[in-house]
Amino acid sequence: MKFRTITLATAALCLCFTAVSAKDAVVEKRETMMKQIGGSMGALAAIAKGTKPFDADAVKTAVSTISTNIKAFPDQFPAGSDADSEAAPAIWTNNADFRAHAAKLGSDADMILAAMPTDAAGVGKAAQTLGANCGACHQTYRLKK
Amino acid sequence: MASKWSKFLVASVVIIAAGAATGWALTKPAPRPDSDWANVGGPDLAKGEQLFWAGGCASCHAEPGATGDGLKLLSGGRELPSPFGTFHIPNITPDPAAGIGRWTLAEFGNAMTRGVGPRGEHLYPSFPYGSYARLSPQDVADLFGYLKTLPSSTNVAAPHDLKFPYNLRMGVGVWKFLYFNDKPRVELASADAKVKRGQFLVEGPGHCGECHTPRDAMGGFLAGKWLAGGPNPEGKGSIPDITPGSKEIGSWSGEEIVNYLETGFTPDFDSAGGSMVEVQQNIAHLPKGDLEAIAAYLKAVPAQ
Repeated sequence: MKFRTITLATAALCLCFTAVSAKDAVVEKRETMMKQIGGSMGALAAIAKGTKPFDADAVKTAVSTISTNIKAFPDQFPAGSDADSEAAPAIWTNNADFRAHAAKLGSDADMILAAMPTDAAGVGKAAQTLGANCGACHQTYRLKK
Repeated sequence: MASKWSKFLVASVVIIAAGAATGWALTKPAPRPDSDWANVGGPDLAKGEQLFWAGGCASCHAEPGATGDGLKLLSGGRELPSPFGTFHIPNITPDPAAGIGRWTLAEFGNAMTRGVGPRGEHLYPSFPYGSYARLSPQDVADLFGYLKTLPSSTNVAAPHDLKFPYNLRMGVGVWKFLYFNDKPRVELASADAKVKRGQFLVEGPGHCGECHTPRDAMGGFLAGKWLAGGPNPEGKGSIPDITPGSKEIGSWSGEEIVNYLETGFTPDFDSAGGSMVEVQQNIAHLPKGDLEAIAAYLKAVPAQ
């Protein structure tokens, strides 16, 4: 009897643990995607500011990362994945608008890929276009900072 | 026997009345003396505009999501959620009926620096006069002059929707008695002009502490916790510590703080979120020297 109780309790604990770690993985994945976008913005800003030399390949990689990640990004928010995360409740209550913000950054990135900048000043302009999207979305859909 | 009772009654009434009178004296609205405004010069509109951006007036008084020149239409109407209920932000455009077009400089100055409205009533500290109290009468005149140059709106904002007992304005007097002052928030060892300027901007118009300093149950700042961050008073999430002891920004250099205020990007290209997005976009209008002053001050305050 006692053994059965312990087994059941252990099983229940394991189930809980799996559920928690599964949720964490979802949050972690989307946070990694966003960090890669941030890293790409950093690469573009370094070129725009002249701390790194202009490098067409690096620019292409950075803008492509932003485009790829942001298009997949809105699908990383299954219902109930708001614990331990900076995701604002509005992501779920106002999902269409959240997706529209992501789509806007995606199309801005694609426009830059279609007409790639050829010098540091061009990269600066591109970074500004892309960067304006960060705050516009984070204001409503991200908590803190 | 009866006379004993009536004496007791009279004494009680006198004591209660005296208590009430003392309470009223300590907590009644206290506007500035009119002489404060007598020697104020004509408004310097450029300085007034800087105070407008430093003060973040548009963050609350413009329409939600306003950008560009839309930030200068201060028609009010936004909701400010709080643990005490919902504040509805008023119209402060020059419209004579719906806005503040009929206000005198003294009325505007008493609202800004003493939290006293034009009818002599207490204003709720959701309007951050607890910070704006650090503006000089000339600063107030510069800002007032600038606001008068902005476009008008006839929008009439809804009244505040507060829970009992917070809906009684009398209570604000108690709050003021306990917490309101125009003294420096922290004593700084450094008398550097840049740090002093930063102190004025952060503690005064910038009203950074209104979110970044944790509060007690009555809405007063917790002692010794200046800019230490804490739970978000407007809802979910938390507000970061912005002192040198912060695990989030303590390691940033002064230059990185300036860059954040200018662009909205952290050193590792994370971006501002929540209400800080608008705050940063307003602050970014300040001259670079002012941003450097803010950074110098944030590096000089006690670590939390």
